[in-house]
This record gives sequence, structure tokens and C-alpha cells, in this order.
Amino acid sequence: MIEVENLDFYYGQARALHEISISIPANKVTAFIGPSGCGKSTLLRCFNRMNDLVDIARIGKGCVRIHGVDIYDPDVDVISLRRQVGMVFQKSNPFPKSIYENITYGLEIQGIRDRKRLDEVVEKSLRGAALWDEVKDRLHTSGLGLSGGQQQRLCIARAIAVEPSIILMDEPCSALDPIATSKVEELIQQLKGKYTIVIVTHNMQQAGRCSDNTAFFYLGKLIEFAKTEKIFTNPSQRQTEDYITGRFG
Amino acid sequence: MNAPANPFIARKSSARTIEHVAFGFFRTATYFILICAAVIFGFIFVKGGQTVFRSSFPFVNVPFLTQAPETLYVFQYEGKKMELGDRAFRKFKEEHHSKDIPAESYVYSSGGIFPCIVGTILLVIGSMAIALFIGISSAIYLNEYSKQGKFVHFVRLAILNLAGVPSIVFGLFGFALFVMFMPMLQDFRNPAVLSLPVGFGHYLNFSGWNVCLLSGWFTLAFMALPVVITASEESLKSVPKGFREGSLALGATKWQTIRTNVLPYALPGMLTSSILGIARVAGETAPIMFTAAYVIRDKMPWQVDHPMDFFFQGVMALPYHIYVVSSKIPQNEYTERVQYGAAFVFLVIVMGIALTSILLRIKMRNRYRW
Repeated sequence: MIEVENLDFYYGQARALHEISISIPANKVTAFIGPSGCGKSTLLRCFNRMNDLVDIARIGKGCVRIHGVDIYDPDVDVISLRRQVGMVFQKSNPFPKSIYENITYGLEIQGIRDRKRLDEVVEKSLRGAALWDEVKDRLHTSGLGLSGGQQQRLCIARAIAVEPSIILMDEPCSALDPIATSKVEELIQQLKGKYTIVIVTHNMQQAGRCSDNTAFFYLGKLIEFAKTEKIFTNPSQRQTEDYITGRFG
Repeated sequence: MNAPANPFIARKSSARTIEHVAFGFFRTATYFILICAAVIFGFIFVKGGQTVFRSSFPFVNVPFLTQAPETLYVFQYEGKKMELGDRAFRKFKEEHHSKDIPAESYVYSSGGIFPCIVGTILLVIGSMAIALFIGISSAIYLNEYSKQGKFVHFVRLAILNLAGVPSIVFGLFGFALFVMFMPMLQDFRNPAVLSLPVGFGHYLNFSGWNVCLLSGWFTLAFMALPVVITASEESLKSVPKGFREGSLALGATKWQTIRTNVLPYALPGMLTSSILGIARVAGETAPIMFTAAYVIRDKMPWQVDHPMDFFFQGVMALPYHIYVVSSKIPQNEYTERVQYGAAFVFLVIVMGIALTSILLRIKMRNRYRW
């Protein structure tokens, strides 16, 4: 589904990723773990070319293929790529618009104005993000009036409204309390199967609870990538074991 | 049994003395600014108020606000001292069938400042539109599109330098570029200047726009640009990065993102600071004295033969009128009234603009809060 081959990535002169090769399976949840600054978010942001926004960021060598297409090929339109690869950010960032407008934003920028269709998508996406029952009576109030956990689920609903095939989550629960976190995790369980989910997390319990596969990064290198159970019970690398057991990181 | 001595008792120390002196100095400096402002405003409000307000109904000196400046004639008639404006004086002479009554004349001391008010408002509106359009556009380019490299650094430096250029230099620049050089599309060839044929018997004559609104607008706008660009950039920077990323991640183009998820939130800040900056620039005399301002003009700006002429006419303006009545004509008790009256009205207009921008901000802030 997502295939990374020998990827080197630089911020200016600093090398952030070293020869990463990983193959992320479709319709599964893959967790990226590792200490701060290990490159897991950088790699995630390579998948929807969010790194393009950073002036000094560049790919050294290697490639990222999604659905078999090298997404850094000059022929690739970054706009249509990002419609396929949705993203949920660390800090929930609903737009200061109504809940309804937040969901329809992705469609409206595609020029879809059909009211009936938009209504349908809003309901479907909010149901998909397990938020419908909580907000159905106040769709036209500001998205910023929601609680932190609801805001994050609104962002997930906004992402799935444009029907991507992949959803990238960059520490989606780091700013949430445990109850809100468990709701988002539940949601991730519901979404997998339909979407390929890649989640960056600092919380190893979270990786253990909700992912199928886990990749451990350290200092810009992919140390180990395996089934989550294996990583957490019987890692083959010493560094992984040290990190999992809390000896560093 | 003795109570233990208070270990925290205040003691005199040099640090404490220095503290007192330092704060006393800071406080005095702050109050000094306050006093300066109070003196300036108080002086103009008291003196100008005497011209603008009346003790009896309608309490406002309506002719002063609605008439054009006139020459004041002061004369003795049947033992009475009379003060009449130009038109009233002529009418008076006709009515009394006396061709020449000996009178002292004081230029611009009668009538009002209506054309100046109109001219200033026109100058402010036009230059505001131009400055906002160019300023916000370049702020968007600098902050959102351009690569933050050497070139942008250089551009920012240029903008900073532009802010330091004296207003008289802007005036001369506007004179040289807009008044003397800018091309006009005309249906004849002007042999005195560069003249480019554009077909259909028309020529682009580089004869300048002359002293006119358009020249003044651009000159004032260029002068306000540094403030507008800097303020706009600050507002753009204050929009959280999350809005941009969230929008881009949904497959929006950069321009869609800016238009729907950056500009609406940055606009209140942009407008407020920019309008304040423009109000400041609109008070300048030097940039318009070469480019847009007339000392005196009989026609009002809307009395034009052809709609296009509107842009190519000079206007009277308050700052320039104040300059003229304060330093270009003989000073006496009669001119003082006009000086302070005009300064008062001018202050009120500038304050009005500032107040509008603040109200606008409050209104727009309430709409988009995050």
C-alpha cells in the first residue's frame, strides 16, 4: 500500500531519515513509535508531502510509492495526492467555522455545492467518526465550541469526508485526556478495515492497544518493523527492547 | 521575655534608593507624554472649538463646514465694524449702491473648509484602497508564497528603508513619476514627450497625470505601504499554522487555503493596523503638495464634465490648507480662526478613521474567534 524505499530525508544539511525502507500494509493500523526527534513524524509527513511546506526540506534519495505510484514524481499532483491521503494533526485544528462547514470544507474546495450531497456526507462522516449523536443538534454552531476530544474526532470526520484511502495520524491523542483518548482509539478500531491508518504515537500502550503492526524508529533509522505483538513481547532488536521496557526514550 | 526582632523589617539600602529614583524617572517620562498629548489636543480643541462650535442654535458653525474659503473683508459702515465674506460683501455693496467701500481684505479668512474636507476624504479613500490592495497582496506573497531566502530578506530590508524615507522625498518622487511621467492614453501625438502609438489613432503620451487625485492616491499609498505590509504580515503570522495545514491536508490549493482559512482570520488585524497607518499618512502635507493639492479651487470634485476627469483633477486638502493658512498668507487674528478650526476638524476626521478601524476590528473579531 505505502512502500518506502531507501528514503533519505534532509532538513537543510541535517539528515532526518536514513535509508528508510518499509512496506505498510493496506487496511491495517500501523503505529510509528520512537523517542522525540527520531523522524517518525517526518516520515509520516512524507506520505502526503506535507514536508513540501518546509522550505529547506528535501528528499535525498529513495522514493515513496502509494498505490504503486512514486508520489514525488513531477507528474504527481500534490492536491489529488492529499485527497487520497488524509491527515489528523497532533493539535486538533478545527477551522473556526461551524461543525457543518468544517466537514464540508474538503468537498467545497473541490467545487461540490449540492446541498443534499453535502448533508449526506456530513451525517456519514460524523457517524463514521462516532460524533453524530453528540453534535447532530448543533451542526451549525462553531467547531471550536466542542471539547478537545470531540474536536479531534471532528478533525477525523473532516478527513474521512473526502474519502481518502489512507489516514495519517500525528500523535492524535497527545493533547487528550484518557476518556477522550479511549474514544479516539475505539474510533481507530472502527475505521481500520476501511482505511489504511498510520499513527504516530508517544504512548506505547496506545500503540499496543490499537495497532496491528508497529515500527520503531531511532535517530532517523527504522530499527524494527513487525507485528505489534511481536514488538511488544519478543522484539528482535536490543534497542527496541530497551525502549519498550523504558530503559531510554 | 522579649519578642523576637522582626527579621523582615524594612531597612534603608542603596538598592532601594536607586529603585525609587529609577521608577520615579520612568513614571515622569510616561506622564510627560501624557501631558504633551493633553496640551496639543487641549489647545486645538479649545481654540478650534471656538471656530467650529457656536453658543446658540444650531451650535455648530455650519458655514465653516459647508462653504468654500473666501476672502474676508473688514470695514466700517455707518460707524459699525462689519466682517463679511467675499460674496456677502459684494451683495452688501450692491444693496447699498456704493461702489467702493474702503475695506481691509484677509485672504481665506471667511467662508469654510468644505472643499478641503471633501478632498481629504477622497484622498484617504483612494489611497487606502490602493495601499490595502498592493500591501495585502505583497504581504501574502512574502509570508505565504515566497521562499524565505536572501531575496525576501532583501525585500524586507527595502520595505523597512521605505518606511524611513522622508515625506518630502515621497512627494518629489510622486511628482517626478506620476505628475511628470506616467502615460496617458490620448487621441493625439504629443511631440514634446515620449509618445507611443497604440493604434486606432491613439497614443500613449508619457506626459504625466498632472497634479491630480490619482497622483496623490498613489503617492500616499506608496508612503503607507511599509506600514500596511508589515501589519499585514504580522496578522498573517498570527493565524495558527494548524488552519493552513488542516486545509492543505484536505487537498486544498495554497490559494484556496489562504482565501478561506487564512485571510478571513487575518483581515481584522490587517485592516485595523493598516487603516491607522493610512490615517497617519493622510495627515502628511509634503506628499500631496506636489501631487494632488490645490491652494484654492472653485469647482467641487464632482463637478466634472467627463467621468474620467474625476481622477485627473486636483483637490483642496485639509493638511495643505492648514499649511497655506498658517504659513503662506499674512498672519492676523482672522486667519487664526481658520487655522485652528481646520486643525480641529482635521483631528476629528483622523480620529474618526481610527475609531472606525477599531470598531471594525471588534466586529470582525467577534465573528472569527479561536
